[in-house]
Amino acid sequence: MTTPGRAALERFLGTESADAGCSVTMELLDAYVEAVVRGEDPETSMPGVAAHLRTCTPCIEDFDGLLATVRQYPSTED
Amino acid sequence: MRAHDEPAVPPREGELDPESADWLASLAPHATNRAAALARLHRLVLAAALTELGRRQAGVTITGPELDDLAHQAADDALMAIIGKLETFAGRSKFTTWAYKFAILEVSSKLGRHFWQRPGVALDVEQWDRLPDRFGLTPEEAAQSADLLRAVRDCVEHVLTEHQRAMFVAVVLNGVPLDAVVARLGTNRNAVYKTVFDARRKIRETLVADGYLPEEARRP
Repeated sequence: MTTPGRAALERFLGTESADAGCSVTMELLDAYVEAVVRGEDPETSMPGVAAHLRTCTPCIEDFDGLLATVRQYPSTED
Repeated sequence: MRAHDEPAVPPREGELDPESADWLASLAPHATNRAAALARLHRLVLAAALTELGRRQAGVTITGPELDDLAHQAADDALMAIIGKLETFAGRSKFTTWAYKFAILEVSSKLGRHFWQRPGVALDVEQWDRLPDRFGLTPEEAAQSADLLRAVRDCVEHVLTEHQRAMFVAVVLNGVPLDAVVARLGTNRNAVYKTVFDARRKIRETLVADGYLPEEARRP
């Protein structure tokens, strides 16, 4: 039986081999955010970044911040 | 983790969008309108830094002039980083999105350093009683999972390397934000993340081998 403790622990200990890491994610974060804004599916085109953004708290925070910024201050071409 | 295997920079496809091309032209070293472009770019990254600090306000305790000062420091450093890396702009996004990214990253870095101004924060004091809370367990659930939690502690103490153990204790047990650990140790985010990533994987493998967790199909 899966107890709450085991389920929580398994979530925490889960790792994805596709995880691109912080450096690559930061390199591609602007392109990833724009893909989200355009309604595309960056999980398909950038799976390593998507995997990383499922687990890395500070990179998730940066993603949320950049997405909010781009939506608040769109380019004059948008 | 594929951080060092994955091609980091796909080549640029096609031409830059006109607005991004204008930015690059006006920020070129000998552009006649460079000073105005720099001032405009600074206004953009300052606005982004202020907005981001406001968005994260729930998690920080900075207000008033100190907040304003932090935003200006972040904007100044973001502008320096942008100019220093201008030649690396690959056009995978609009120039302004790329520039905003530096403002966001500087805010993260500044908040990481600011974290240590709080009293009573330690990297290395092992707060094992907080482990259930870190996994979101109620006291009742923690009591039901006592053997599992004890097994995790055994792994941390006896299976991890000294460095993995130190990073696990700081980030997981003590709840120190990863960027604050980076600021304190003078390292980079990827290095700390990878250490904790490897620690998590090693703990899981040990718990599976000892029969505490089942084998499972991992994500690809």
